[in-house]
Amino acid sequence: MPVENVPLAEVPMLHLAGVRKGFRTPDGSERTVLEGVDFRLAEGEIVSLLGRSGSGKSTLLRIMAGLVRPDGGELFYRGAPIRGPVRGISMVFQSFALFPWLTVQGNVELGLEALGMRRAEREQKAAAAIEMIGLDGFEGAYPKELSGGMRQRVGFARALVMDPDVLLMDEAFSALDVLTAETLRSDLLELWEEKRIATRGILVVSHNIEEAVVMADRVLVFSSDPGRVRAEIPVGLEHPRDPDAPAFRQIVDEVYGLMTTSARAVGGAVEPLGIGYRLPDTPSSRMVELLETVADRPFEGRADLPALAEETELSDDALFHLFEGLKVLGFARIAAGDFFLTRAGFALVEAEPAQRKRIFAEHLLRSIPLAAHIRRVLDERRDHRAPEDRFLQELQDYLTADESQRVLETIIGWGRYAEIFDYDYNSGMLMIPEEEEPQPLADGPPAEAHG
Amino acid sequence: MGGRPDGVDTRGGATYEWAVELLLPAPGRRRQCRQILPGGPASASGNVAMWLRDPVIGTARSFRPNIWDLALLPPAFALIALLAWAGTQMHVPYDIGAPIPLSLDPSHLPEYLLRSALRMLVALLLSLAFTLSYAPLAAKVPALGRVMIPFLDILQSIPILGFLSITVTGFIALFPGNLLGVECAAIFAVFTSQAWNMAFSLYASLRTVPSDLREAAAMFHLSGWSRFWRLELPFAAPNLIWNMMMSVSGGWFFVVASEAISVSGQTIMLPGIGSYIALAIQQRDMVAIGWAILAVFIAILIYDQLFFRPLVAWAEKFKSDPGDEAPNSWVLTLMQRARLARAVAATCSALWGWLTDRLRRPWQRPSGLARRYRWPRMPSWGRALWNTGLMIGLLVAVPAFGALIQTEIGIAEVGRVLIYGCATALRVVVLILLASLVWVPIGVWIGLRPKLTQQVQPVAQFLAAFPANLLFPVVVVLIVTFDLNVDVWTSPLMVLGTQWYILFNVIAGASSLPSDLRDAAGNLGVRGLLRWRRFILPGIFPAYLTGAITASGGSWNASIVAEMVSWGKTTLVATGLGAYIAQATAAGDFPRVALGIAVMCLFVMLFNRFVWRRLYDVAAERLNAG
Repeated sequence: MPVENVPLAEVPMLHLAGVRKGFRTPDGSERTVLEGVDFRLAEGEIVSLLGRSGSGKSTLLRIMAGLVRPDGGELFYRGAPIRGPVRGISMVFQSFALFPWLTVQGNVELGLEALGMRRAEREQKAAAAIEMIGLDGFEGAYPKELSGGMRQRVGFARALVMDPDVLLMDEAFSALDVLTAETLRSDLLELWEEKRIATRGILVVSHNIEEAVVMADRVLVFSSDPGRVRAEIPVGLEHPRDPDAPAFRQIVDEVYGLMTTSARAVGGAVEPLGIGYRLPDTPSSRMVELLETVADRPFEGRADLPALAEETELSDDALFHLFEGLKVLGFARIAAGDFFLTRAGFALVEAEPAQRKRIFAEHLLRSIPLAAHIRRVLDERRDHRAPEDRFLQELQDYLTADESQRVLETIIGWGRYAEIFDYDYNSGMLMIPEEEEPQPLADGPPAEAHG
Repeated sequence: MGGRPDGVDTRGGATYEWAVELLLPAPGRRRQCRQILPGGPASASGNVAMWLRDPVIGTARSFRPNIWDLALLPPAFALIALLAWAGTQMHVPYDIGAPIPLSLDPSHLPEYLLRSALRMLVALLLSLAFTLSYAPLAAKVPALGRVMIPFLDILQSIPILGFLSITVTGFIALFPGNLLGVECAAIFAVFTSQAWNMAFSLYASLRTVPSDLREAAAMFHLSGWSRFWRLELPFAAPNLIWNMMMSVSGGWFFVVASEAISVSGQTIMLPGIGSYIALAIQQRDMVAIGWAILAVFIAILIYDQLFFRPLVAWAEKFKSDPGDEAPNSWVLTLMQRARLARAVAATCSALWGWLTDRLRRPWQRPSGLARRYRWPRMPSWGRALWNTGLMIGLLVAVPAFGALIQTEIGIAEVGRVLIYGCATALRVVVLILLASLVWVPIGVWIGLRPKLTQQVQPVAQFLAAFPANLLFPVVVVLIVTFDLNVDVWTSPLMVLGTQWYILFNVIAGASSLPSDLRDAAGNLGVRGLLRWRRFILPGIFPAYLTGAITASGGSWNASIVAEMVSWGKTTLVATGLGAYIAQATAAGDFPRVALGIAVMCLFVMLFNRFVWRRLYDVAAERLNAG
């Protein structure tokens, strides 16, 4: 517990110590999403929380907002324990979360109304917030009449009209196009820099590295399984920041490097993957396409990560899943912020389509225990068929129901590409492909090769 | 209840099941909803669209009456005066057995019509009150929901006229010597045709309020009370209003059936359109029946224009994404343009805000850091106790019911009733199949022609609302005249009113077939039978299913009035469960009424579980692209 007589300025605005959150699997056992999370948000600070999708960072944000109760640990807002939504904390949502039946004015006024503020007063406050965020003229419009960028402006006005002490942003820009996101972001930073808003601390949850570095004074890298803060990178640059400046690029490179080295590798010895390994969410076709891109000019087998992000136009989150997939399959590795093709990666790119599938299958069975497990079960059964539910249940010992479904869908996609197993959507059965003949030494069957 | 909050298994079949609308995936549903509106997707002119977007409840700057007010005032006052007069007529002394003076003179029809309409209005208000208390309780208290939702499912499977048979004597006893008891029984029957699916609709909506809106409400410290009025109810409004309107459409059938009640050998006739028909049947007056049909036709038209369409058009504002074609209503436009009407709306809105504000205060917890956010949770021992209680209740109830049947009726008759049930089930299945064979091709043919769709859709909608029991005498006369087989030829009566649900849903489905798929099929040269098998039938299947489920539920209900029909002194009785219930009701034999209703309930539930639920799963799983 923080001591009461500590001067106010030294008490962090938000303080989390050893926060833990788990979920209950269908069989009643607990799986941990967040483990031992420590966090401080000091007065006058913008902090970014970066992590892959599903790493629990949104859950952490909701814990801070008082929307979700943690299973362990302590959390304080200005020295007082958080037990529910707190007056001084506002949140901006990825999906905007606007009430469709309320006008812009009605949405902005809602929080003031809940406080019991008189009509005249709240109309005045709302008008000020609407003007500040650049929505004047749209007071009477319904959210459905607005573009995405304007809707999120309403989201900001609605949060800022409460004069929040702390502003939480949950991927607030990720549903917007690049240009709109940039405008809105710099508008917000301007208000912050000029101290035109009462907010004294901002927490930005994001999976966009550049966005995090543009906004934050500190970037926290969040690891998954279980989620915890893994690294912290201070950003000592003046606002407004120039994304093309060398100092900026250097930090971005550093963050990319940190995000792509898995927590597993940091400890030194690489822990073997288990059946419950959370497969990266990336289709096999995309992995092959990336290998082809990197093998080709101008990369010739080695690519700078931010350059690759620009070339592929994929979101950072999609890229990380892609990298991880290629890495665990042994087709690529990442070192010093660069992406390299391994020998197997080159071999795959150069092979004929049928040969490609064989290489992919070989790596898949060797590196991913789940793939090997499914194939083994199918081999052992007399009719070479097994219901998906069987594997889904096994996965649910390790993952949430939704994640299990997602992982199974991913492995089915990979397995289909590798032709090591097939799946019937209607019956929900996994099976060994019928036309398969075990002849590993023969050259690729021509009929399939050009199909 | 199992883990499905949308609860496909919670739907019964006996009422017009608009709850099913909710269960369809959202995009398809939205499209469908719009297209089965009466009047079809009217193309709003820019001006009208602008007015529609303008909220009804808005601040009107100038309260000076304008020309629109003049147009609106006389009908508004007339309506209020009429309703007040009809209300006083309900409360009159009455003794069982005493005939209520009724006349077949068409000049009395407006009065009868008004009294029938008033019964429906009262039933609708009761249904709304029931919905607003039952659904939130079931949705918010999981322990109660576990019991309340299956219970609602059972209620929904009980034939509506069965409720009437069971409750009428009780209501009469409640108000001895006053007509109010019989009034209440009729109103209750209409209530049962409306309440269940409205409650299901609200329950389903409450369970699917988007989590981001929920979180936003929590972040802004809305108390539970204001969360309900500000978030949950508005979110549920479009579906609830839609269900309400469909319920009322179905209600015409039951108001006609419930006004002339045969109970314990007595026939009680309440002044109303249903009794008028019953009297016309007794006196074999074909001309009077013609008048009645015309009167109901006009009544439904008025109700549709003045009530249904303005409400549905207004509910559009609660939807989160703009519709392609907003439904259009001239009455709503009128109300939104009339200054006085807008002033009234603004006053109501202010009053409403003040009320919810005042009411909220006492319950609002003190704000501040120490305030606890409520996570609804029940201690595990509490849950165990609750579940054990439920089990014991079941273990006691089942043998008790068995013993009652044993002593009052005997097991042999139970077997016979089951066979009657099979006969009625056979009729339902065969007739739904026949109706599908007729209406699916016609519906597709219409649905693929947008202009025709706009003209036909309101007609089909209207036919579905039209109480088919008005037409029964016509069919009975034919059967008697040509001496036809009663078991076969009374069957079509069961689908007479419900087949239109198949038609207008198929039209809606066909007209929303994606045009790019149509083009692709044409481009690939897919024609004839292949086109039907690969493109049209899979494409309209979800919509067809909605229609067929509704039609089947309605047919079970209709069997009670369709399997036993009369014309003057002639009464035709078919072999079936509906006739069994109707006869037992007329004889006042309550154990047999209960048995018949329980068996029908059982059949409907089995049908839902083993036929409709499975087909629904097929539709949801395989025929929806991503």
